[in-house]
Amino acid sequence: MLYGKRLAPLAFTAAALFALALGLIFFYAPLDADQGFMQKIFYLHVPMAIVALCGFVAGAIMAIQHLRTGLRQWDVRSYVAIHLSIILGLGVLVTGSIWARASWGHWWLWDEPMLVSFLIIFLLYCCYQPLRFSIEDPERQGRYASVFAITAGAFVPVNFIAVRLAEQYTHPRVLSETGGNLPGEMRLTFLVSLVAMASLFVTLWKVELTSKNASDQLRKLRRRLEGAEAGADDEGPEPPIADPEPVGAMR
Amino acid sequence: MTRAAAAILRKDLLIEVRTKQSVPAMALFSVTAFVLFHFGLDRDRLDGELASGVLWVTLLLATVLAVNRLFAHEREQGGLDGLLLAPIDRTAVFVAKAVALYLYLVLLELVAIPAYAILLLGPSPVDQLPALIAVLALANLGLATVGALVAALAAEARARDLLVPLLLLPLLTPVLIAAARATEPLFAVHPETGELGKWAGVLGLYDLVFVLLSVAVFDFLLED
Amino acid sequence: MIELVGVSRRYGERLALDDVSVSLGDGQTLGVFGANGAGKTTLLRLLATLLRPHAGTARVLGCELPGEAWKVRGRVGYLGHDPLLYRDLTARENLTFHARLHGVATERVDAVLAGVGMQRRAEDPVRNLSRGMVQRVATARALLHDPPLLLLDEPRANLDPKAAELLEPLIGRESGRTRVLVTHDVEGGLAESDVVLGLRRGRAEIAGSADARALRGLYT
Repeated sequence: MLYGKRLAPLAFTAAALFALALGLIFFYAPLDADQGFMQKIFYLHVPMAIVALCGFVAGAIMAIQHLRTGLRQWDVRSYVAIHLSIILGLGVLVTGSIWARASWGHWWLWDEPMLVSFLIIFLLYCCYQPLRFSIEDPERQGRYASVFAITAGAFVPVNFIAVRLAEQYTHPRVLSETGGNLPGEMRLTFLVSLVAMASLFVTLWKVELTSKNASDQLRKLRRRLEGAEAGADDEGPEPPIADPEPVGAMR
Repeated sequence: MTRAAAAILRKDLLIEVRTKQSVPAMALFSVTAFVLFHFGLDRDRLDGELASGVLWVTLLLATVLAVNRLFAHEREQGGLDGLLLAPIDRTAVFVAKAVALYLYLVLLELVAIPAYAILLLGPSPVDQLPALIAVLALANLGLATVGALVAALAAEARARDLLVPLLLLPLLTPVLIAAARATEPLFAVHPETGELGKWAGVLGLYDLVFVLLSVAVFDFLLED
Repeated sequence: MIELVGVSRRYGERLALDDVSVSLGDGQTLGVFGANGAGKTTLLRLLATLLRPHAGTARVLGCELPGEAWKVRGRVGYLGHDPLLYRDLTARENLTFHARLHGVATERVDAVLAGVGMQRRAEDPVRNLSRGMVQRVATARALLHDPPLLLLDEPRANLDPKAAELLEPLIGRESGRTRVLVTHDVEGGLAESDVVLGLRRGRAEIAGSADARALRGLYT
């Protein structure tokens, strides 16, 4: 499976979009009357949240495919999507917190349903990797991880509904108005940021898949060279999807 | 499948009656928690939101205790193989475990709710009992379903005792939110049913989603 | 009764079973030999439908694994290292439970308990029984549903001579059942086997028939 194809143009596009988005955020979008400059963090925060959520759902769908077909590549794709979304999720919490502090003086707001739901989801998905790595049998690890991914994926909408209903009586903030009542310039900036964030995600996803694929091939070659007939003591299973590699790292 | 589920359930209940490991621990924990809350909050009587929250957080944590032990007897001496070798639909295992957990919760609540009423609750819950029972019934279903699923998920993992609460508690948060909000008005100084319908709806939705999901997905946890 | 062609089973990237082929007819005994870690238990578990093959074809009792595994399940008696008994329940309760799972009449439990000589200790919790007795109850469990195929992983390991004598007609050659026997007793195992399989690192080094010397070579 060659993942490396089209990686360069994709990365280039993502970078270009991101640069465009940043430009729009800083120079094009108008300053918010109430909240000033810090409101602009909204253009990062909300797209991150949307992309992360889509990432989790995509991870769940890939997990379904994994269980249906039993093919390991779906498991790898699911894993990468979810673990990138977890990182983005952390970004959502951090940017949300900064924005809350800058606009409302508190580092955390309980009546911001998006933020609260995200906290719960983030806490849940933080268990994904510990769960994976605590199961030794590699086949089982993939299957259990997929079950978790599907459960967590189904959980996301239910959670949002519950949290939203619970915090219904708050006054609307800019964050809660996403896509709804934004004036033209804000809307454009927002959309461009969203697309940029999405392409960044997809690029990183492909990069990490390519990297994992390469190290997998390398490991297989190495095994074949060492060979079972050499009587080498190759006891013990290969580390399963294994150690979280920093994005782009090669082993 | 029901025959197999009934057989497994019967076996689990028999072991529980004999070893008394789950329900007494849950009950004891709950009462202890109430005492702790009394001292921690420095309050003699609770009502409204505080009462509701304390009760549901306690019930949730008690559920964690039971979930940890749900597959304990299978883990010892490879009992799970015994279930897998039998000509049964493996979903029966899930149904049996979830029903067992539901029953444990019911037994727990038979002890914990009166204890709560005596120790910490201000207003008497007796008038609103039907509404309270309805909320408990719906919430228990969510707790039992997701509890059984997480128990199976964590069954083969190392550090299982840590993983169970970390997995279970976020997943059960919607149940906590809906159940606590539903019982808030029931525990108020002037009890009333409030928006029971709305929150019962949320609980119902949660239950529906997770029952369907668990049944669909459980087989994959047991096959090899 | 059993037909394996090129069966493989992975564990991560290692092959626990590597291209194993063997056939066994009705009423015959397959002796499986090999050092620890050679794949004997994996093979047994695969035949028991506890594991699915990752490559090759496997047919047990005329059914294809894993697709028709559910048809095989009620007809195999598995006696592995774990007795598969609940320690807090009595022997009788354990067997009654298994009887219900297998759709076997609970009256049969008494007969089987008597057959393994445990009728007097049937009401004791399993945790109070000696190892030999536990093994007897486990054997009873494996035979409860009268399976045509027996999968035995060192079945005589914990038995005192009296118990061994008692169980011999049930799990030995005279039982008339098709058996797959994993054992470290080279001479004894060889004597009661019709077909021999010698595994080394998951591969079938010896298949069909062999002599004791060749089998002992597996352990070096």
